[in-house]
Amino acid sequence: MARAATTADAFNAVAEPRRRQILDALAGGERPVNELVRVLELAQPQVSKHLRVLREVGAVAVRHEGRQRLYRLNGHALKPIHDWVKTYERSWSERFDRLDVVLEDLKKEEGDGSDE
Amino acid sequence: MAVTSSGTATVTLPTDEQILITREFAAPKHLVYKAWTTPELVRRWWHAKRGEMTVAEIDLRVGGKWRYVMVTEDGFEVAFHGEYREIVPSERIVSTEVYEGAPQAEGVVEGTLNTLTFAEADGRTTITILVDAPSKEIRDAIIDSGMEAGMQDAMDLLEEVAVSLR
Repeated sequence: MARAATTADAFNAVAEPRRRQILDALAGGERPVNELVRVLELAQPQVSKHLRVLREVGAVAVRHEGRQRLYRLNGHALKPIHDWVKTYERSWSERFDRLDVVLEDLKKEEGDGSDE
Repeated sequence: MAVTSSGTATVTLPTDEQILITREFAAPKHLVYKAWTTPELVRRWWHAKRGEMTVAEIDLRVGGKWRYVMVTEDGFEVAFHGEYREIVPSERIVSTEVYEGAPQAEGVVEGTLNTLTFAEADGRTTITILVDAPSKEIRDAIIDSGMEAGMQDAMDLLEEVAVSLR
């Protein structure tokens, strides 16, 4: 229960498109806030708000260097989230793989009926 | 990124109560719709190789009921049922879905409302299934249930690999 709630919170954090953009930007390496502001073309308060949400669920980490705050991706924290949905996704993938086979048969049947 | 993955089906969680499943098929949408709504065809794919479907009932009309039952190899019965709320052939199906094994509060049926849409481009069809759960807890429980199934998949794959190495 606790685990599910935690993962789900992290999930909500990364479900927001702007926050995914931030994570994508950080995937290339550590960046200061002003660079994220430039890449995302958002106002600094908005970027800071998104970063705060991401930090709360551990998706990003921050360190201070002089007057700058440098943000980086915390892939380790994101992995359980990824795995959690991944397994659910896999059961649908299996089901859809079977459906592919059915569809191939239907296409053949249709082809036999109209072309021949 | 983190919310999508490399499988053929893509699953994301747009809000606290939702699951969104997306997948493209190499067939026109009228065929995907047919495979989705014809009991004999559903029997061939819905079980996802995890068992045998013993029931596939589809009363395809608004207010009509559907029920799917699968029996796994170890004899475990998995049953789902629901009701059709909206049907636009080859375009859209809105239906409820209740897992019969889920613990239910008395008098309360805690199912989901699923919206399935078919979109065709260049002879290929993208389907999306938006699952609306009544609460975050139920949404999370549904994802958790996939976890068990996933474990089973992993075991099956492991076996296949092991056999191929002989």
